[in-house]
Amino acid sequence: MSGIPVTMDSPPPPAAKQSAQSRVRSFTRMLSTRFYVSATMVAMILFFAFLGPFFWGVGEPKQIVGGLYEAPSRELILGTDNFGRDVFTQLMHGTRSSLVIGVVAGLIATTIGVVMGLTAGYFGGVIDEMLMGITNVVITIPSIVVLILLSIAVGTKSIVTMAIIIGVTSWPWTARAVRAQSSSVRNREHVDLARLSGASTVSLMFWEVLPYMLSYIFMAFVLQLTSGILQEAALSMLGLGPSNAVSLGIMLHWSLLWESVRTGAWWAFIPPTVMLTLIAFSLFLLQSSLDEVFNPRLRGR
Amino acid sequence: MSTFQKYLLQKSFWFLGAFLVALSLNFFLPRLIPGNPVDAIISQMTQEGRADSASLQKIYETYMAEFGLDKSPAEQFVNYLGKVVRGDLGTSFARYPAPVESIIADALPWTIALQLPAILLGWTLGNVFGAIAAYKGGWFDRGGFVASLVASSIPYYCFAILLLYGVAVKLDWLPARGAYSFGMYPAWSWAFFNDVMDHYWLPFFSLVIVFIGGQAIGMRSMAIYELGADYVDYSHGLGIPDNRIVRYIFRNAMLPQVTGLALSIGSLVGGALITEAVFSYPGIGTALFTAIRQNDYPVIQGITLMIMVAVLLANFMVDILYGVIDPRIRAAQSGQ
Repeated sequence: MSGIPVTMDSPPPPAAKQSAQSRVRSFTRMLSTRFYVSATMVAMILFFAFLGPFFWGVGEPKQIVGGLYEAPSRELILGTDNFGRDVFTQLMHGTRSSLVIGVVAGLIATTIGVVMGLTAGYFGGVIDEMLMGITNVVITIPSIVVLILLSIAVGTKSIVTMAIIIGVTSWPWTARAVRAQSSSVRNREHVDLARLSGASTVSLMFWEVLPYMLSYIFMAFVLQLTSGILQEAALSMLGLGPSNAVSLGIMLHWSLLWESVRTGAWWAFIPPTVMLTLIAFSLFLLQSSLDEVFNPRLRGR
Repeated sequence: MSTFQKYLLQKSFWFLGAFLVALSLNFFLPRLIPGNPVDAIISQMTQEGRADSASLQKIYETYMAEFGLDKSPAEQFVNYLGKVVRGDLGTSFARYPAPVESIIADALPWTIALQLPAILLGWTLGNVFGAIAAYKGGWFDRGGFVASLVASSIPYYCFAILLLYGVAVKLDWLPARGAYSFGMYPAWSWAFFNDVMDHYWLPFFSLVIVFIGGQAIGMRSMAIYELGADYVDYSHGLGIPDNRIVRYIFRNAMLPQVTGLALSIGSLVGGALITEAVFSYPGIGTALFTAIRQNDYPVIQGITLMIMVAVLLANFMVDILYGVIDPRIRAAQSGQ
C-alpha cells in the first residue's frame, strides 16, 4: 500500500494554445465535488494546526493543568492526559508536528526520487543500471526495518531529524516512476531540437523533460506526505518518536503506555486517532480527485 | 546455460546483494549509538540495582565476548555474520540470560496465526468487491469506493484502537488484552481453545477490514484499466455473456494482485507490529514494543533481521515465479 498506485499513461500531449483565462476555466471545470470537499478539509486542518494555538488552548502542550485523566469540561474541552496536561493543546501542537514531519519528509523523498529517476531515465545505459540497482535494493529492504534501526542509531531526535529519517527511506517508488516517464519523454522531438540549439544537459533535463511530469510529481509528493505522517505515527507509537516534541503518534504512544484505552479515558486517544484518520482521508481524497483531472480514463465515474 | 538459468542466477545475485546490505545495516546502525551498547546496558542494570558487582562483571564479560567489541570492526562483522548463519542472535539485555532466538520463537507462532488468515481472507474479499465495483459502476461503485477509501485511509493502528475501545472496553463483548486469559496456561483443551478464539476476533477483524479496503481499491483501478481494453469491446460485440467477460477481466487484473498477496505474506512478520502492541497480543509486535521500551538492542536487532529475511525471501520467490509464468520477463531480463 505504500507504493504509488497511479496508472502510468504516457503524459498528455501539449494542449493547443489557449488564453490563460480559458485554460483556468477548463481546469476548474474538471475539478469534482470530491476535490472541493477534500481541499476544504485540508484547509481546515491547516488552520487548526497552525493558527489554532493563537486562539485556543493553554499555551505549552507539556504544561500540567490538572489531575490525571480529568474528563472534558468547559475549560478543558478535551480533558487532561495521564500527566494532567491539556489534551486539546496537545492535539493542536501534535497535528502541527505531524504535518511538518510529513511535508519535510515528502519534500526530501520527492527531491531524491526525482533527481535519481530523472538522471537514470535521461542518461540510460550504465548510469541507469547503477541508479536503478540501488533503487531496487532499497525497495526490497523493508522500510520499517531501516526506520527502526535509524531511529535507534540517532538516539534523541527533533522533529526535523524524524522527517529526514523518514524522507531518506521512502524515495525509491518516486524514482522508479519518474525514471519510466523521463526515459520516454527524452526521445521526443522538442528535446532533440533544444539539444541541437545548444542547450546544456542540465537545462534539457529540467526544462524539456521535467515539466511533462510536474502533475505526476506533485501527486507523488502528496502521497509521500501522507505516508510520511502515517509512518511517523507508527514509529512514535512503537516508542521511537521525536524526543522533545508532541506529535499525534507520541500522543498515541502515551495512550498505549499509560493504558488510557483500557481505563476508558476516551478523550486522551480518540482525538489523535480521529485527527490522523481525517488527515489521511482528506489527503487520499485530494490525491484521487487530482488523479481524475490528470488521468482522463478515470473521469466521469 | 538456458535463459531461465541466467535469469535465476542474476536474480540470486541481486538478492544476495540486498541481503548483505540489509545485514550490514542491521550490524552497523545499532553500533552508532553514543558510547557502546554494553556500557549502556550495564549502567542501566546498575541504576536499577538488578545485580551485584560480581555478577555485573560476569554479565559485562558475556556481552563483550558476544559483541566482540574489543576486536576490530571487520572482525566483529565477520563474527556477526557467522553467528547469524548459525541462527545465534545473541542474548537479551532485559531478560538476561534468555537467548533472542527463544524470545522470537515464542512470539512468532502468535503473529503467524493472527496474520496469515487475516491476509488471505482480506485479499479474497477485497478482490471480489473491487472487481464487482469496477464492472457494475453506479451507486455500488461510488458507495463501495468511498467506503473502501475510508476503510483504507484509517491507519490500521487507529482502527485497532477504536475497535479495542468500542467493542472490548465500552461494550465489553470481547476480552481487551492478550491472546488468552490471565491464569490460563497453554494446553490442548477445549477450554483453552475457546479462550484463545475469544481473544482472537478483535485483532483479526481490525486487520481484515483494513486489508479489504486496500485490496478493493487496487483491484478496482486495475479492473477499470482492463475494462477500457480492446478485448472487452470485442467480447461485447461477439455477444459473450457478461459474467464471462468479468472472468476475463478478473484474470488479467489478477497478476499484480497475486504479486501483492505474495508480498503481503512476506511482510507478515512486520506488517502489523502496532496492532499487536495495541491488543497486547503476544506476537512479534508486542515483543518489539517491549524491547524498545527496555533498550533491549539484541532483541530489536533479532526482530528486524527476521522481518528483513521474510520480506527478501518473498520478493525473491515472486521474481522467480514471474520468470516461470511470464516468458516476456525472462526474455527482457536476458536482453533478447
